[in-house]
Amino acid sequence: MGSTSAQTNEGLGRRDLIKRSAAIGLISVPTMGFLSACASSSGDGNAKVEKGTKSDKNPLGVNESAPLDFVLFDGGFGQQYAKDAIKVYETNYPKAKVKFTPTQKITTELQPRFNGGNPPDLIDNSGAEQMDMGVLVGQKQLADLTALLDSASVDDPSKKVRDTLRPGIVEMGQFDGAPVWILYYAYTVYGVWYSQKLLDSLDAKYPETWDEMLAVCEKAKKKGIAGWTYAGKHPYYLPFSLYPMIGKVGGREVLDAIDNLEPKAWEHPAVKACFEAYYELVQKGYILKGTPGLDHIQSQTAWTEGKALFIPNGSWVENEAAKTMPADFNLAVSAPSGIDASDKMPFGTMWASGGEPFIVPAKAANPEGGMEQLRIMLSEASSKNFTQSVKSLSAYNGGTDGIELTPGLKSGVAALEKAGQNVVNPRLQDWYVALQKEKIGVAGIGEMMAGRATPAETIKKIQKFADEAAKDSSIKHYKHQ
Amino acid sequence: MQHGKYRFIVGFLAAPLALYALFVIWPFVQSIYYSLTDWSGLSPEFGFVGFDNYSRMLDDEIFWKSLQHSLTLAVVLPLVTVGLALFFAFMLNVGGRRRRGAAIAGVRGSAFYKIVYFFPQVLSIAIVALLFQFAYNPNSGAINSALKLMGLGSIQPDWLGDPKLALICVMAVLVWSTVGFFVVLFSAGMASIPRDFYEAALLDGANRFTTFFKITLPLLWDTVQSGWIYMGILALGAESFAVVQIMTVGPNGGGPDYSTVVLPLYVYQKAFRDGQAAYATTIGVALLLVTLAFAAVVMKLGRRERLEF
Repeated sequence: MGSTSAQTNEGLGRRDLIKRSAAIGLISVPTMGFLSACASSSGDGNAKVEKGTKSDKNPLGVNESAPLDFVLFDGGFGQQYAKDAIKVYETNYPKAKVKFTPTQKITTELQPRFNGGNPPDLIDNSGAEQMDMGVLVGQKQLADLTALLDSASVDDPSKKVRDTLRPGIVEMGQFDGAPVWILYYAYTVYGVWYSQKLLDSLDAKYPETWDEMLAVCEKAKKKGIAGWTYAGKHPYYLPFSLYPMIGKVGGREVLDAIDNLEPKAWEHPAVKACFEAYYELVQKGYILKGTPGLDHIQSQTAWTEGKALFIPNGSWVENEAAKTMPADFNLAVSAPSGIDASDKMPFGTMWASGGEPFIVPAKAANPEGGMEQLRIMLSEASSKNFTQSVKSLSAYNGGTDGIELTPGLKSGVAALEKAGQNVVNPRLQDWYVALQKEKIGVAGIGEMMAGRATPAETIKKIQKFADEAAKDSSIKHYKHQ
Repeated sequence: MQHGKYRFIVGFLAAPLALYALFVIWPFVQSIYYSLTDWSGLSPEFGFVGFDNYSRMLDDEIFWKSLQHSLTLAVVLPLVTVGLALFFAFMLNVGGRRRRGAAIAGVRGSAFYKIVYFFPQVLSIAIVALLFQFAYNPNSGAINSALKLMGLGSIQPDWLGDPKLALICVMAVLVWSTVGFFVVLFSAGMASIPRDFYEAALLDGANRFTTFFKITLPLLWDTVQSGWIYMGILALGAESFAVVQIMTVGPNGGGPDYSTVVLPLYVYQKAFRDGQAAYATTIGVALLLVTLAFAAVVMKLGRRERLEF
């Protein structure tokens, strides 16, 4: 770092010195050193604890006195449900001490521990700082949860845990081949959310075809209400209703082709039809003015205030928007409207899948303990407790009898029943986070819905992004089995 | 007094320099080493891949976008901020009408203005970014509401939601939050300029304009140059990262269609979101080069005779 300041012939002036050291000091400001702060150490990491003996009460063979290290994302679902499950663990294994760390900063907290080879035994890898699952799997950092899925369930020892789960949960945890790396504990219903009260006041029913949708939006517009709003700053909320619509119109294989990053996958006529349908909402002025500049909270607030009728979202919205939602809002969710009668799948086809991914690291000291804790959480009692306290379904198939369901939850359960087997599960957001959120979401669909790009341009752009991702050797690729 | 001077300086600087080497230089060297590996940042194992990350970077469209935005910030922000700050400082200290026979004075109420300009400086940049995020809200934000009040209801831009405007919005916030600091800095510099110079200029009948360019600016040059570099570093580094990350559209900022992505943000995303720490350090190395080049250019362009007064 040579200094180039003017030299006078009287040696090093005081000012010069100060100026130079200031310059050198400032140059180092750009934050780069921070990356190496978490430089990888070649430590030996965790030593595995000894296994316990298997029994009916302890099918996984947990070491009864080994400590358990559990890190939870403390977000929309809070931490109480996990604390309650930990109490059960400590009752079953009184000698074991559970170290519980709730945090919002999963990556900040855990990246150094993965690098040091001493990760905790159970992690809820969720939230804004979620660690990239594809990378974790690709780097062989996760334990296979098959042992957990094949162990006896808490409520009925004659049943395996895997037989007590909702459809799709096991498959979601697989990336390629048989091993199950992730267990999604929550069960999220995605779709179009609205206020039943507001829809009734328009004297309308939820539209099943696109012409009906346009008619409802027109009715709303006449009353000064926008048809739609969405998280404009996070346009990757739009796929929550757009992807299942594509599936409904063109069939599952269209979504599978998109997930598999097949060339020309986005050029399918069903994709074009759905993009054009959504673009029509923009052109006809059915989108709440200013939506492209709103974040998810702002758009949800505008929607609970009755400024807009529909919003594409997931079942967490009931909890997240609770503060601004009027008591008589009567929240409801519906499967997305289709185009017309020629759609490949019936009305009711919707996206529902696991959320809140729990993982057990491969290098954990006590992986059996982590799985045992999950097994406890997948019991009917824990699941009921979760549903009651956070207004969300869990991966456990059932657990809704005999508890008071909130309007949104009730509507979600009804929608799931209506869907039956027609549940689709697009995987882009799990497999290729950057592609789904930034590229397809913000740069593609977001620009189209702001009226700055036509559907044809957008599809071309997204196909290019997908092709780039397919060619990118720095990311691991996955295929539907 | 010359003899033993260097020994004296080195003796006193040894400890700070050692710390500096350990906590600044060494991480830089490490970063360069990691940029030659395929370290994910999520596992202790990694292999050596040579210059793969660098060739990937040169083909990376988003890297070029972020470089372009960072360079734009590094050129435009210092220009606007330092220019504005010089103007304000001049008006506060020298530019006023002459009252009560004083040779030089600031504009009326300059003491009050000095305090007001400095306000944004006491707010954390994160708070500033959040406040402006609310102000830019196209639906209920202060700016669009003000436009409505003025009867300009037809002009309701999406601000941060519009790829053409988003980067300009970010720059405006950075200027707003940093200009006060430079006003104070330059005011202090101007206070040390002897008054006789101004009086002499007055006697010669120089107007404000001439006075500024012939007296104030040359005598302030050192301060301006330091300020320039400091502002450039802010624009390339932490401040721009914070504002973009907090304010703009997308999963962790970056604007609609990558319109506000900047180098430090891209480093952050690759390291802490995509699990590609080695590639992130590669972009970090690029950021280092850009910063060094910036400092070198400013030093080179800014060379002038030292004026002793």
